[in-house]
Amino acid sequence: MTKFVQLVVAGIEIGSIYALVALAIVIIYASTGLKNLAQGEMAMFSAFIAFQLYTWGLGPWLALVVAVVITFFLAMGLQQAVLRPVQDSSLLTVVIVTLGVFLALSSLAGFIWGYLIQAPPALFPESAIEIGSIRIGVPAIGVFLVLLVLAGSLFALFQFTKVGLAMRAVAANKETSMLVGVPVNRVIMLGFGLAASLGAAGGIFAAPKVFLEPFMMLTVLIYALASAAFGGLDSPLGAVIAGIFIGVVENLAGGYIGFIGSDLKIIVPLVIILGTLIFRPQGLLGRKYIPRV
Amino acid sequence: MSLLEVNNLVAGYGPVQVLHGISLSVDEGQVAVVLGANGAGKTTTLRALTGMIKTSGSITLDGEELVGKKTDEIVRRRIAHVPQGRGTVAQFSVDENLDLGAYIRSDKAAVAADKNKMFEMFPRLAERRKQAAGSLSGGEQQMLAIARALMLDPRILLLDEPSLGLAPLIIKNVFDTLGQINKEFNTTMLVVEQNANLALGIAQTAFVLETGEIVASGSADEIRNDDAIRKAYLGY
Repeated sequence: MTKFVQLVVAGIEIGSIYALVALAIVIIYASTGLKNLAQGEMAMFSAFIAFQLYTWGLGPWLALVVAVVITFFLAMGLQQAVLRPVQDSSLLTVVIVTLGVFLALSSLAGFIWGYLIQAPPALFPESAIEIGSIRIGVPAIGVFLVLLVLAGSLFALFQFTKVGLAMRAVAANKETSMLVGVPVNRVIMLGFGLAASLGAAGGIFAAPKVFLEPFMMLTVLIYALASAAFGGLDSPLGAVIAGIFIGVVENLAGGYIGFIGSDLKIIVPLVIILGTLIFRPQGLLGRKYIPRV
Repeated sequence: MSLLEVNNLVAGYGPVQVLHGISLSVDEGQVAVVLGANGAGKTTTLRALTGMIKTSGSITLDGEELVGKKTDEIVRRRIAHVPQGRGTVAQFSVDENLDLGAYIRSDKAAVAADKNKMFEMFPRLAERRKQAAGSLSGGEQQMLAIARALMLDPRILLLDEPSLGLAPLIIKNVFDTLGQINKEFNTTMLVVEQNANLALGIAQTAFVLETGEIVASGSADEIRNDDAIRKAYLGY
């Protein structure tokens, strides 16, 4: 029992990070129809920015906030410069461009900060709360709370504000959005910045766990893509639930199924992606929209 | 001076020029109709008016030049456009579509009052306010599209073939409603339509468009009673 709970708690912690990156993927997909494969590398880059700010003397939390803000603007610039020109091109073109961004960012990070593994500062104290024989680490609780706060704010933004209404409208129907006076291009840019900021938070919280190096987000991205697909590509709530679920399942599988151990854990998201695509292509909470003809 | 004046408008898609210098005008409070067959350039005319395609020439609203402005800037001058195929967000509820229609307005109290007005005018929409727009019938969707456009509190309402894809009885209903909106709220309208008879019924002025050029214009009655025009261009 103790082992089980311990594995679940660890799963929730890593799952929160998957969920943050998955949320970023879902926001961009929902507002532009773009599957951004570079989302993980952008988050990695943000983690390096935070680390750089930290080595320059900023506290870990201040470094996080400043890095998230910098990411917001960098991402909007990136969207305008690289993605906007191909916005209306075929899916293949766009996917290849995001792959290009992926490679460019990991090389750039290696060029600037090197390929040696760095140990960024912990954001939460490494202590734990003990309930009977179960130990729950403070970082696990912390990351989970951060996820809940960010996902909650995002939900409020989408549902209760004019900007949120405009973002959802642009995602659903660009032409109608233009005709009610929404500055479509600026809204897309804003969505991209917002998504990158969420991903940045994911990257910065992941960094102390997976260690900071240019390829740190590679596996996280695969788990995040699995979460986004499983939860439903257009459902932020689905992304959160699926992220946590995949984190937990991955840990339980590693802990209980002998041959998986810690080496074959990566099979878990792949099985989930495959299963989702076969049995429920719209994902857990995704909308299968059936228009009236 | 007319509210909307279009002079020597040239527009098209990429290398293909569709409009070869058309001129028309709409007076405040009036309904003008542009008639023409498929491919005459009716939709292109409206798309040019709201800056959705490359355009040259002159379009003025109340004397202000609109050519060269982006769509959202033009819409901010309160030009509402109901495009062909409804122009609502299918996934959004009726409520959300109306809220979206008022996107550029910040006068919350007046927006809420206008929304109530829409529900009075279209009771069917009030019954379905939480339903997704895409699940409404064709006629209801067209009504929603018109209501959404009116939420802008428009100076002028542009309508692209409101009859398209609707049953004859519903079409008549839509045009009755448009006529009523014009009378009650004094809303200026520019309607492009194939269904000449019904459109002329609510209009004061009419223009006949043929392969990108205005070939006839006059009061709605003149156009209706001109046998030559009717036979040559309107086909009835």
